[in-house]
Amino acid sequence: MKLGIMVNEGPYTHQASDSAYQFAKAALAKGHEISRVFFYHDGVNNGSRLTVPPQDERNIVKRWSELAAEHKLDLVVCIAAAQRRGLMDKSEAKRHGKDADNIAPGFRISGLGQLIEAGIEADRLVVFGD
Amino acid sequence: MEEEAGAGGKVKKFLYVNRKAPYGTIYALESLEVVLIGAAFEQDVSLAFIGDGVYQLTKGQDTKALGVKNFSPAFRALDDYDVNKLYVDEASLRARGLSAEDLLVPVEVVSTERMAEIMEGQDVVLSF
Repeated sequence: MKLGIMVNEGPYTHQASDSAYQFAKAALAKGHEISRVFFYHDGVNNGSRLTVPPQDERNIVKRWSELAAEHKLDLVVCIAAAQRRGLMDKSEAKRHGKDADNIAPGFRISGLGQLIEAGIEADRLVVFGD
Repeated sequence: MEEEAGAGGKVKKFLYVNRKAPYGTIYALESLEVVLIGAAFEQDVSLAFIGDGVYQLTKGQDTKALGVKNFSPAFRALDDYDVNKLYVDEASLRARGLSAEDLLVPVEVVSTERMAEIMEGQDVVLSF
């Protein structure tokens, strides 16, 4: 089955990103395809490479990046939600005159259309949020 | 459940479920942003309002003292985007002392059972 995933909450504060990750891993292990993971609301913070959790804790951002590299996942951060919350890639930082970018490997910034497209293309869109 | 769209793409039934009050958290505003962007994709769109989500549609919202933007007028523009299936849970309205006359756009007030059927009939359910 072709699955789309939506993550609506930030890392650590809320279970949503953990649950989405576990779901994605389990689905891939069963041979399902994940066409896209879309990060919205505070979920965009899952894509910040500047997080430094304590060493004895799970590294949520790194875990997504590694899963993306291993399975060629398309991790998309909503541009409008990202702009509000200070998540930038190089070109966004340049466009807005900011002195740094912070997007993690494997993530890309794009529009809400990517969420709608995931809903259209996937057999199921699974939403993880509050 | 899928039909061919004019542009040759798929048409799916999208339901946006709004469960939260309009202010206090950003969910309602960012949900509406998805609806407005999504309208360009010419899908079969419905909106549901349950729980505190019914407050999103109330008339006379005044956010001046909050210092945040009153986005409720945007609901009146939805019809221009061919988004005109708005379902409101009757029990949620009643529990808050509201009726359809308190709402700023025409809606269909439905029972919780009917709302469940509406959800069952969708292809994509986005919950906010």
